Amino acid sequence: MTAAVEFQSVSRQFGTGPGAVRAVDAVDLTIAEGSFFAMLGPSGSGKTTCLRLISGFEQPSSGTIRIFGQDVSTIPPNRRNVNTVFQDYALFPHMNVRDNVAYGLRVKGMGRAQRHAKAEEMLALVQLPDYGDRKPGQLSGGQRQRVALARALVNEPRVLLLDEPLGALDLKLREAMQDELKALQQRLGITFVFVTHDQHEALSMADSLAVFNQGRIAQIGTPAEIYDRPRTRFVADFVGSSNVLPPAVTQAMGGPARWASLRPEHTRLAATGPLSGTVTALRYLGAATRVVMKTGDTEIAALVPAGHPLPEPGHSTAIAFDPKDLHVMEDE
Amino acid sequence: MTAPAILPERGLADRLTAFFWRHPKTFLALLLTPPLLWLGVVYLGSLFTLLLQSFYSIDEFSGMVKPEFTLKTYAELLRPSNFDVILRTLLMSAAVTLGCAVLAFPIAYYAARFARGRWKAVFYLGIMLPLWSSYLVKVYAWKLILAKEGIITWASEATHTTAILNAVLALPVIGGNSLSTSYIGMFLVFVYVWIPYMILPMQAALERVPTSMLEASQDLGASRSQTFRTVILPLALPGVIAGSIFTFSLTMGDYIIPQIVGNSANFIGMAVYQLQGTAGNIPLAAAFSMVPIVIMLIYLSLAKRAGAFDAL
Repeated sequence: MTAAVEFQSVSRQFGTGPGAVRAVDAVDLTIAEGSFFAMLGPSGSGKTTCLRLISGFEQPSSGTIRIFGQDVSTIPPNRRNVNTVFQDYALFPHMNVRDNVAYGLRVKGMGRAQRHAKAEEMLALVQLPDYGDRKPGQLSGGQRQRVALARALVNEPRVLLLDEPLGALDLKLREAMQDELKALQQRLGITFVFVTHDQHEALSMADSLAVFNQGRIAQIGTPAEIYDRPRTRFVADFVGSSNVLPPAVTQAMGGPARWASLRPEHTRLAATGPLSGTVTALRYLGAATRVVMKTGDTEIAALVPAGHPLPEPGHSTAIAFDPKDLHVMEDE
Repeated sequence: MTAPAILPERGLADRLTAFFWRHPKTFLALLLTPPLLWLGVVYLGSLFTLLLQSFYSIDEFSGMVKPEFTLKTYAELLRPSNFDVILRTLLMSAAVTLGCAVLAFPIAYYAARFARGRWKAVFYLGIMLPLWSSYLVKVYAWKLILAKEGIITWASEATHTTAILNAVLALPVIGGNSLSTSYIGMFLVFVYVWIPYMILPMQAALERVPTSMLEASQDLGASRSQTFRTVILPLALPGVIAGSIFTFSLTMGDYIIPQIVGNSANFIGMAVYQLQGTAGNIPLAAAFSMVPIVIMLIYLSLAKRAGAFDAL
């Protein structure tokens, strides 16, 4: 399978001298054709800069970027067969929805009737038929999102880039759009690359994802790999709400003297166990209750399914788990 | 002891705050009455009087204003000598506006897009500084720069480009004896004096165009010039229109520059000045004054129809 996007030790530095910031630091990355790829990380981790390097709005300070095998170092954004759904959607306020969607075809010289027909087709695909005559200002956030999607997809890009595409939507709409984006990607077979700081979004939508930290990729893998076997403390901490255990605690729990992670849902409360401590907080989550227990300086969370007895804060309890669920990390 | 639910009143200021909180409309009325009176009576009132005067006429024998409604004065505007003045002013205003727009755009674009921190301050200072010095001083300075014995002639001699200067001055109509006595010179002075009024609204409009909008255009395949024509210009148009209203109306009403620079041809401002002063023909002066107002109204309605304000 060809690589849709390939980074070879790509760096992007902002500024010069001692105040310089390496937003992207020697990143190697391969995104497979037809995949739904997520770039996950906290703000300032370099994920958005990586996206802008693909679209061409940033140029690498060093390294090579290839799109379908072709070096794009000297190719400006308008000649890359890659389209972006912007975080703020960036719909043109002075054009109606149809002209917005047809914009890419218009600047390529397609005739009015043909491009309008194609725009209507796309609007139907994103479930906004009959919205062509409206102005972007008359649409809701979710509708604008779909228009931005249609405007990008009408150009039939080889790669579609999405910059925090669901960030501005409320929770319910966000979940609906997640399903829709996923279905759309599978239907069109276009490579989707999306940037997000929301680990649930990344885990639920992506075929594979890269976790960014301070300009570098902390780990690349499928959602299951990243969730179950985080390579570093940062990944375990950032992806999901895992317990990150220092070497001493890992050892006390029967593991080697290394950092380890333990998922709250893999633990249960017991009268006695390898690790005991004091209950400090309870948080009701609906289907379960999250119980936080403190042992020494380490806080460990356990999930107690609804219907099971709950401890009182201040009381002591112990945690039991299956030793195979204790994941020892490769790096710190 | 627990704190009271209601804090004690601290005097007049608190009582006034409470009163206005209960009567927000009274507060608004109090705030708006003085400026509305000023605007309504002093400004619109005098404008209306002007309009009224333009429908009166002057008695040719006594030289007195006859307060009777007539369109005679407006008919006088169409006389060839008067109509020439209007046409000349209109063409000069249009040329100055166009010149200002072309020169102002790159400056405004740079200031809106790239200038940050200190450079932004330098930009504002550079634009505003000429506005702080006396208008007359600037115009006379330009007369010296453009005069036959002036800097431009000297510079063209020093660089052996006199032929170019002479060719420019030899142009029919807009040329002349020297730059300071030609329409070209007048155009240059007008552009210099009014350009800040074009740059500032343009810059404000361009600043409101988000960078992502330009990136989106580029991302969708547009070249620089396509982005300029289809995204930047339409979105900046309200600012361009606002700037052009300034430069256009300021040029139309000016009566100093045409007196000092140029070939002494009459302009609307000068005509009004002479008619209400030495000639004492207030109705015709009023009718002349209505011309720029009417032209601006036509201009604005055309701009609105062309969709210039759709992006507002």
